[in-house]
Amino acid sequence: MFARKSNVFLLFMAVNIFLLALVFGHASYGEKNALPYLRGKAQMVKRIGLSDLCLFTDARYARHPSMADLSTPFQDHPMSLEHFPSGTIITPPPHLRSK
Amino acid sequence: MSRFNKQRNILDFTLSSLLRRRTKNSALVIVYTLIVFSLASVLFFTQAIKKEACIVLQNSPEIIVQRIVAGRHDLLPADYIDTIRAITGVQSAKGRLWGYYFEPAAGANYTLMVSEEPGVEVGRIVIGQGVSRTIHANRADIVPFRRYDGSYTSFEVSDILSSESELVSSDLVLISESDFREMMGIRGEYVTDAAVYAKNKRELFMIADKIKRILPDTRPITKDEILRTYEAIFDWRGGILLVILSGAVIAFVILAWDKASGLSSDERREIGILKGIGWETSDVIAMKFWEGAVLSLSSFSLGIILAYIHVFFASSALFEPALKGWSVLYPEFRLVPHMDPLQIATLFFLTVVPYTVSTIVPSWRAATIDPDTVMRL
Amino acid sequence: MIELSDIRKVFNSGKPNEFVAIDGITLSVERDKVVVLKGPSGSGKTTLLSVIGCMTRPTSGRITLSGKEITSLPERFLTEIRRKSFGFVFQQFNLIKGITAMENVILPAYPTGEGFPDLKKRALSLLELFDLSARPITKVEWLSGGEAQRVSIARALVNDPSVIIADEPTAHLDTKLSKDFMEIIGKLKVRRKTIIIASHDPIVYESAAVDRVLEMRDGRILSRATRQ
Repeated sequence: MFARKSNVFLLFMAVNIFLLALVFGHASYGEKNALPYLRGKAQMVKRIGLSDLCLFTDARYARHPSMADLSTPFQDHPMSLEHFPSGTIITPPPHLRSK
Repeated sequence: MSRFNKQRNILDFTLSSLLRRRTKNSALVIVYTLIVFSLASVLFFTQAIKKEACIVLQNSPEIIVQRIVAGRHDLLPADYIDTIRAITGVQSAKGRLWGYYFEPAAGANYTLMVSEEPGVEVGRIVIGQGVSRTIHANRADIVPFRRYDGSYTSFEVSDILSSESELVSSDLVLISESDFREMMGIRGEYVTDAAVYAKNKRELFMIADKIKRILPDTRPITKDEILRTYEAIFDWRGGILLVILSGAVIAFVILAWDKASGLSSDERREIGILKGIGWETSDVIAMKFWEGAVLSLSSFSLGIILAYIHVFFASSALFEPALKGWSVLYPEFRLVPHMDPLQIATLFFLTVVPYTVSTIVPSWRAATIDPDTVMRL
Repeated sequence: MIELSDIRKVFNSGKPNEFVAIDGITLSVERDKVVVLKGPSGSGKTTLLSVIGCMTRPTSGRITLSGKEITSLPERFLTEIRRKSFGFVFQQFNLIKGITAMENVILPAYPTGEGFPDLKKRALSLLELFDLSARPITKVEWLSGGEAQRVSIARALVNDPSVIIADEPTAHLDTKLSKDFMEIIGKLKVRRKTIIIASHDPIVYESAAVDRVLEMRDGRILSRATRQ
């Protein structure tokens, strides 16, 4: 006559759990699959001599955070305020914070 | 078998009960899913980038030596490199030539690097995918650049770096040394900084220390510091991440508070009826448990699955406005999927458990009422 | 079948609003008979029904059901006995809104762990018995007064109890529906159910189906009138 509600829910959760398993499977497969590409990238880093990932291209200290020092964001003036949005996302590297 | 059946029966009633207030409960599921989605998306995104940095940047130069003049980065004299080479333990030291170039027409920033990659010759450059996308440049195209003195020069694009390498190369323009020096006006006695390699990796700090002592106007940065930069890069204490986190926590607390602040008189009446027709206290508690669990489990699993699709199939498209900021050149975040079961479990215990508990606890007293109260309803 | 011996129920014992609902109740209810408790409100009818139906424990006294003493059984055994032996029809029907008639009918059977197909079959046959075959998937708010009453009776029967307890069942019904109700009671008696009704409605206590009328006042039983 009509589908039993608990069956519908249990089916829904079974599908979800299956999808979650798929997600984990895809992640582990993806990681293995990506190994050659990662190695290729690592080689490129070595050849060209790179020091940072290209995440943000608006500010210098966001483009090369490991190379920046504390005054880099304030190259213009010691009192100039942070005006790059990417600066709100990333934080100064640990070696600047502790020394 | 009958215990399983009993729980299924109670689940049936719980679902009917939830469907009665369809709008409210749908809204709850949507909000809850969004919370899990945001948190999980941030988690997946930051983890994937950190993991990649950790692997890929293992090959960064072991020590990079910068020069600081009046508190700002300045060019490094080439003879500093000879001094560095002479330090015991140094295997090799090479000058690096690189800088930024702002293209006014596109409004984009490139990173220009001198390199000996195949394809880089005098008059010919190799560009990253991001550059190619931004100025619509393909192989064999001629791209104009402005020199330091205002005059113009141009280069032919001989190759475009792979799209798999975007995360390290998206904004790169690889150029020959003579072209770079001519364009930037940097004389032969100077380089941007130096890349130093040690014979024995364990001596890196010692060598960095020595460099700092011998050349006091320099600032050595070790590979270790580079790697730790990326370990800490998306620290939750950073601006936007803190906002997202706080928002999620507050929204969640509000959700759980709504449940934890007690039952409505309708709900109390219903529990009275159930007890009157033969449900035990434990059956009522089981029903309340299912009420919390159904919403939590559905929202949690949906949130995780959607977050995974968002980050690893849709290149974190929803984060783009925040990540892009003022950048014009924006890399395509094709990240390597990485799932840490421990973190998923933590997220589970921080969301599903408190929510389910906050659904059960206020019902405890109502569930223990004497069945005969139903006679007086 | 049900024996009550010197039953006394006190509410809010020890507090300033202490209240003796029933006192010195001794009675025995025979199998397959219809007993009506008659009396004004406040006479203790509802409390007596609660005590008989194992919904609340008496403050003192003893109850035996089919020879077994049940007064001091722990809650969960009591609940199980109540579920198996008693079916309740409430004054306000007390159906759960927002769910279907059929779901309401099988609700008392959920905790027994019986399989859904069996429950469904029983519910549908009960609904058919009460002329509600067309209504299983209707939400209870859409039922008429008479239909709702019949659903609540069907619900009382889902666990096939031997005793039906009804508290002022005709309070919200018109004459015709009240008479219909007593007709159903007569049919249930034929099906070997023991029925105890509390009511001050003459249509109930003057009905031919009734075997005994017990008059109650101030928590005590006054007279015992037996009818053929």
